[in-house]
Amino acid sequence: MTVIDTAPTVAHIAPSAPPRPPRKPILQLFFGDLVASILTISTGFLLILMIPALNWAVLDAVWATNDPSTCRDGGACWAFIAAKFRFIIFGVYPPDEQWRPLLVMALILAMILASLSPKLWGQRLIVAWVVSVAMMLILMWGGVLGMTPVPTSSWGGLPVTLLLALLSLGLGFPFAVFLALGRRSSLPIPRMLSLMTIEMVRGLPLVGLLFVASILLPLLLPAGWSIDKLGRTLAALTVFAAAYLAEVVRGGLQGVAAGQIEAAKALGIPGWKAVWHLVLPQALQKVIPPLTNTAIVMVKNTSLVLIVGVFDMLSAARVAATDPVWPAPFVESYVFVALIYFLICFGISNYSRWLETRVQSRSYR
Amino acid sequence: MFSAVLDNRRFRSWSGQILLLGGFAALLLWLVNNTVTNLDARGIRVGFDFLWRPANFPISESVLPYNPSDNFLWAYVTGVGNTLAISVLAIFLSTALGLLVGLARRSKHPLTSGVAGVFVTTMRNMPLIVHLLFWYALATTALPAPREAYNPLPGVFLSLRGFYIPALELDALAWAMLCLVIVVTWGAWRLRHHLFGSGRWHERHPVLALLGLTAAVALGAALLLRPGAVVSFPEIRGFNFTGGLRLSPEFAALMLGLVIYTSAFIGEIIRGGIDAVAIGQWEAGRAIGLSERHTLTKIIIPQALRIIIPPMTSQYLSTVKNTTLALAVGYPELGLVVGTVINQTGQAIESMALLLGIFLSISIAVSLFMNWYNAHVALVEAR
Repeated sequence: MTVIDTAPTVAHIAPSAPPRPPRKPILQLFFGDLVASILTISTGFLLILMIPALNWAVLDAVWATNDPSTCRDGGACWAFIAAKFRFIIFGVYPPDEQWRPLLVMALILAMILASLSPKLWGQRLIVAWVVSVAMMLILMWGGVLGMTPVPTSSWGGLPVTLLLALLSLGLGFPFAVFLALGRRSSLPIPRMLSLMTIEMVRGLPLVGLLFVASILLPLLLPAGWSIDKLGRTLAALTVFAAAYLAEVVRGGLQGVAAGQIEAAKALGIPGWKAVWHLVLPQALQKVIPPLTNTAIVMVKNTSLVLIVGVFDMLSAARVAATDPVWPAPFVESYVFVALIYFLICFGISNYSRWLETRVQSRSYR
Repeated sequence: MFSAVLDNRRFRSWSGQILLLGGFAALLLWLVNNTVTNLDARGIRVGFDFLWRPANFPISESVLPYNPSDNFLWAYVTGVGNTLAISVLAIFLSTALGLLVGLARRSKHPLTSGVAGVFVTTMRNMPLIVHLLFWYALATTALPAPREAYNPLPGVFLSLRGFYIPALELDALAWAMLCLVIVVTWGAWRLRHHLFGSGRWHERHPVLALLGLTAAVALGAALLLRPGAVVSFPEIRGFNFTGGLRLSPEFAALMLGLVIYTSAFIGEIIRGGIDAVAIGQWEAGRAIGLSERHTLTKIIIPQALRIIIPPMTSQYLSTVKNTTLALAVGYPELGLVVGTVINQTGQAIESMALLLGIFLSISIAVSLFMNWYNAHVALVEAR
């Protein structure tokens, strides 16, 4: 009985942190001993080295102008970003139709906001995602409801980046689950095939896969079949995402206690039913926080499609900077694109941290 | 009778597996068949005999000697050489910088840890290719012409044509001496316990230690002062530089981007590894009277290494794979060479097979080495 009595008290006391050490005065913190002084001086020196960059980016910068020649004085030309904003975001999508990609991005944002809270996760959310992705593709393609058809070769900019990341993760996930189940299977042939696929894809650089998709895929398919460049790129990204997701899912499968399967066997539940209704739901719940890391990797990796000539946001920025009217503001373009990527990835990583603490606190139930 | 066979577990599992294997084989056969038909239709002959034809395309810079009259095989070897060289250099430099970043993030000094934290967060959250293009743009548009080159350190010049740094030029004898010095120093360090007994041998044998140090310094000085080994400094002559070592803008951008990006990840791995060692280990070290330095080197680092090595392996592997992004800035590594060869010859299948084969072998070699090292560390830890 005593054990039960003391346990809550121990748990109650444990979280209370030891008293904080008294705050040091700032001078002592920065120059208190030799190490602190050396660190202060060397870090300060590093920061001083950054001053020219700050000057370039803020003080000497041209923020707004209609005359490109004022940009030749050495500061950053942010006016260029303002002038080319639409092009960098939407690429060569027909200007009159750009409300459609804008709507697509709004839809993506709305769906992501709706999926943030774990309370809403469920089959309905998956159906909602499938429907909304179909709507996004219809919006981009057009050809129905009086919308002018726009071929994928005219798609561009941020919507392409976002759609590639979303679709490669979404399409790759079911494959990933099969590959992960196969890799943990007790049957030799599925295990070998899954292991081979996962390790081969993970051993190759994504650039290699993109090359295979853009150069080899047309040779591998029958003459009549043609997939456009965007589709081929998506195929490569999907295969890549599937292999990496499979490893994450495998981690989740390993985390499901062996007793669960044994309990199912004892109850006479057939193997595949036990996997589908018992193991997978538990495993997938465990892997959602690490999945966000894969999402960050995939968002960053979509920028590689530039190499095979797909017109994503980065390519759009690069093409925008070649406009001879402006004084080659490549650096500004890349800083702007980097900022957008940063906002997306930083957002996902903060969300994953929040989710992790939430999942941890829930698992005590 | 028939249903008894169907209900048999082993029969069901094997028939399912054979079906799966059959499906996989059928898919492969279908792809091969399509490819053969397509290649016939386009009149492309499959085979590796093109490797012995002259390549006739330039490779702008390479670690191995190359000129356009060499054959395609040598062009590939040159590409592999460049890939390996930038991989090794990038891994080495980013590990060094990553160690600094990781330690700075753990520092109690708020300014240092803050700067390191901002560095890690910003650098990790941008795609590597944006890093590379950014540095390349900076190196090719923001820098001045050679005559007005920036001169941040004596002997270092930054210009549009590339970065110029002092170079150590060694002849064969100097190389041999350098290797000798390295081998002897390394051997002496490994055998120090046999040679001088354990403990602070340089305190017990001060004359010997002094002699050894003098000999090493003298050998080093002789190496540098001999006419066969000169340090050549870049100088402006007319419109361009002579002497020194030129780093092309492509190479410089690639190294800067790759090292900065990778070091942010490595810094986090190292910080995580050190943080993961329980605080009780530090306290135990203090309690048995070890100095702070010995606690770190004898207790904390061996345990942290065990945690660090697996994620470090995958980081090194992805760094090797990331070098393929060099083709975005035009540095001629394997990917760029393969792309050029495909353009020139149309031998896409063979070239892709070579590319994939080479990267798979590099990946396997790196993971074998890191596994061996991991086992080595684990063994030391277990004793």
